[in-house]
Amino acid sequence: MTTTTAITPSRWKRFRNSYLVYSFKRDWIAQFCLAIFLCILLGAVCAPWLAPMNPYDLTQINILNSELPPIWVDGADALFPLGTDAQGRDLLSTILYGARVSLIIGFGAVMLQALIGVTVGLLAGYLGGRIDAFLMRLADIQLSFSTLMVAIIVGALIKAVFGGAVYSDYAVWLLVLIIGLAEWPQYARTVRASVLAERSKEYVDAARVMGYRDRRIMFRHILPNTLSPIFVISTVQIANAIISEAALSFLGLGMPETQPSLGSLIKSGFDYLQSGSWWITLIPGAVLVVLVLVVNLLGDWLRDVMNPRLYKG
Amino acid sequence: MNAVAAQPSPATTSQNRAEAESLLEIRGLYKHFPLADGFLEQLHFEKGRLVRRNEQVHAINGVDLSVQRGEALCVVGESGCGKSTVARLVMGLLSPSAGEISYAGQRIDNMRGKRLLPYRQRMQMIFQNPYASLNPRMTIQQTLEEPLRFHHPDWTTPQVQDKVADVMASVGIDPEWGKRFGHEFSGGQRQRIAIARALAVDPEFIVADEPISALDVSIQAQVLNLLMDAQAERHLTYLFITHDLAVVEHFGTRVAVMYLGTVCELADTRSLFARPKHPYTQALLSAIPRLDDDRPEHVRLSGEVPTPVHLPSGCVFHGRCPHAMERCRQEVPQLIVADDGNQVACHAVEEGRL
Ligand SMILES: Nc1ncnc2c1ncn2[C@@H]1O[C@H](COP(=O)(O)OP(=O)(O)OP(=O)(O)O)[C@@H](O)[C@H]1O
Ligand code: SF4
Ligand SMILES: [Mg+2]
Repeated sequence: MTTTTAITPSRWKRFRNSYLVYSFKRDWIAQFCLAIFLCILLGAVCAPWLAPMNPYDLTQINILNSELPPIWVDGADALFPLGTDAQGRDLLSTILYGARVSLIIGFGAVMLQALIGVTVGLLAGYLGGRIDAFLMRLADIQLSFSTLMVAIIVGALIKAVFGGAVYSDYAVWLLVLIIGLAEWPQYARTVRASVLAERSKEYVDAARVMGYRDRRIMFRHILPNTLSPIFVISTVQIANAIISEAALSFLGLGMPETQPSLGSLIKSGFDYLQSGSWWITLIPGAVLVVLVLVVNLLGDWLRDVMNPRLYKG
Repeated sequence: MNAVAAQPSPATTSQNRAEAESLLEIRGLYKHFPLADGFLEQLHFEKGRLVRRNEQVHAINGVDLSVQRGEALCVVGESGCGKSTVARLVMGLLSPSAGEISYAGQRIDNMRGKRLLPYRQRMQMIFQNPYASLNPRMTIQQTLEEPLRFHHPDWTTPQVQDKVADVMASVGIDPEWGKRFGHEFSGGQRQRIAIARALAVDPEFIVADEPISALDVSIQAQVLNLLMDAQAERHLTYLFITHDLAVVEHFGTRVAVMYLGTVCELADTRSLFARPKHPYTQALLSAIPRLDDDRPEHVRLSGEVPTPVHLPSGCVFHGRCPHAMERCRQEVPQLIVADDGNQVACHAVEEGRL
C-alpha cells in the first residue's frame, strides 16, 4: 500500500519500458534483421510507385530487351538496373512485385492458419475429452498430408471444375487457401499446449465460478494469455509459408508467370541458367533467402525474449 | 385468516426450521478420478495376458455435511484427504460421481447453464493461490467490473463503477489500484482483490479453499480478520478449508475433520478442541504443541496414509488406529450423533470403548 501514489503509466510508456524493447535495443542482429525486413516490406507494399515499370502491363514490355544483364555486367542497359528476364521485363520491378505477391501469400496464409489453428487449439484444450481427441487426430491427419499434396488436390479440383484461366486469376487466394489449410496444425498444437497450462490456473476456475460461459472464458480469459506463443510461432509460420509458396511455384503449382511471385521468378529463370543468364534466377533467389532468413532470425529472437522460463512477466 | 395454516403442527415447524437453517446440504457424495484417461494407458500385462484395468482415485467416499446459515464450517484434514475436491464439487467445478448437493433446498449438482446462474451469484469461492487467481491480462478494475456487468446487464456504467468502488473500500484496497495489473501487487494485496471479486456479486455463501496458506504469516491475520469482518457485515456463511488448527479455533463455529475422503468427526469447535472423540481427531489435536497441556500425551500414529487408489476396507483409518478391532476392518462406520450432539464415525465410540 506504499506505492499506490505512483501514476499508472500509459500503454505506450509501458511498451517502451518493456523487456521486449529493452532487449531489442541491445541486440544488433535483431535490429539489422528488422531493418532489412522493413525495407523488403516497404518495397513490396510500395511496388506500384517504386518500380520503374509495371510487369503486369504487356504494353510496357519489349521482347527485344530480353535477357539484359544487371548494370555491373558488360552489355547492360542503364534503364534496367538489375537486368531483364526472358520476356524483357525489368527484373527490379518484377522482384518488387514478386516480393509483394510472396508476402501477401505468406501473411494471408498465416492469418488463415491462425484462424483455424487457434480456434481448434482453444476448443481442444479447453473442452478436452472426446472433442480434444477428435480435433487432435484431425490435426495429425492434416499434418500427414504434405502441403504439396494439398496443393495438387486443390489445384486439380479447381482446374477441373473451373478451368485453368480461373485458376490463374485467383492463384493468390488459392495459394493462401492451400497453405493455410495445409499448415494450421502447428498452431493448433501450440495453442492447445498453452491452453492446457492456462486452464489449470485458478483464474479460470474463478471465471467458471462466476458463471461465465465457455466462449467468454476461452476468448476473453484464456486466449489473451496464450498470445506470446502465438506471436512467436507466427513469425516462423510466415517464413514457412513464403517458402512453401516458392516451392509450389517452382514446381509449377503456384503463381503463373504472368503474375510472378519470387518462387515463380526463380523457376522462370532456371531454364536460362545454362545459357549464362544467371541473374534471372539468382537475384530473386537471393531476395527470397534474405527475406526468409531475417524473418526466421526475428522469430528466434522473439522466442528467446518471450521464453517465460528466461523472463517472468 | 386460516387458523390451520397459522398454527402448523410441531413436526412441520421443526422440519421447516431445519430446512431454513441449513443452507448447503451434501448427501452421500462420492468422487472418483480415473487414474489413466486413455484406453491404451489402461492396458496392463498380468500373468502373460493383456488386461484392461480401470483404476480410480477415490477422492471422496461418502461425505454427508450440512452448512448452517450464518456459520463458518471449517474443514480440516491432512493433505490429499479431499478437502479441495469437496470445495470444487460444491462450486460445480467438478461433478460428483454419486450423491447430491443442495443449496437452499434446491438440488444444484445437476443444474447447468442459465438455471445455475442465480446460484453463481449467491455462492462464491476464494482460492488458495492469489498469484494464479487473477487474470494476468486484466486490470483490477476490469477484474472487478466483469462479474457485475455479467450478472447485472441492465446496470449503467456509473452504477457498476460505484459498486466496484464500494467493494474496493470494503476490503481495504485503494481505488487507484484499479488501473494496474495483478502482478504489480503482493500476495496479500492480491488476495484482497480476489476477495473483492467474490464479494462484488453480493454472495451469501463463500467457499474458501485455504485462502491464507499461501500468504506471509504477517499478512495471514489481516486477511483472516477481513474475512471475519465481511462475515459480520454481510451475514456470510463460510465453508472454510484449512489445515491450520489455530485458524479453526479462531474462526470456525463448527469443524468437520476429514480423513481419506470421509468425514470422521463433525463437531462444535469448542467441544471438538475440548473433547475430541474420533481417534484420528485425537491424534491430530495432540500434535499441536500447547502450554496448558493437560491432555493425554502425544498420540503417535503408526503406519502410512493409505493411497486413495486402493481404499482400505471397513474404516479407512483402521491401519493406523490404536483402537482398531476386527469390526473396523470389515464394516464402514457411519456418522452417529453422540450425546452432546456432535457426530462421530467410529465403531469404538459407538460401542462405548472410547
Ligand atoms: N483432477 C484430479 N485428477 C485426479 N486425481 C485428483 C484430481 N484432483 C484431486 N485428485 C486426487 O484426489 C485426492 C484429494 O485431493 P484434494 O486436492 O481434494 O486434497 P486436499 O485435501 O485439498 O489436499 P491439500 O491439502 O494438499 O490441498 C488426492 O489424492 C488427489 O491426488
Ligand atoms: S472405527 Fe475402528 S479403526 Fe476406525 S477410528 Fe474407530 S476404532 Fe479406529
Ligand atoms: Mg487442497
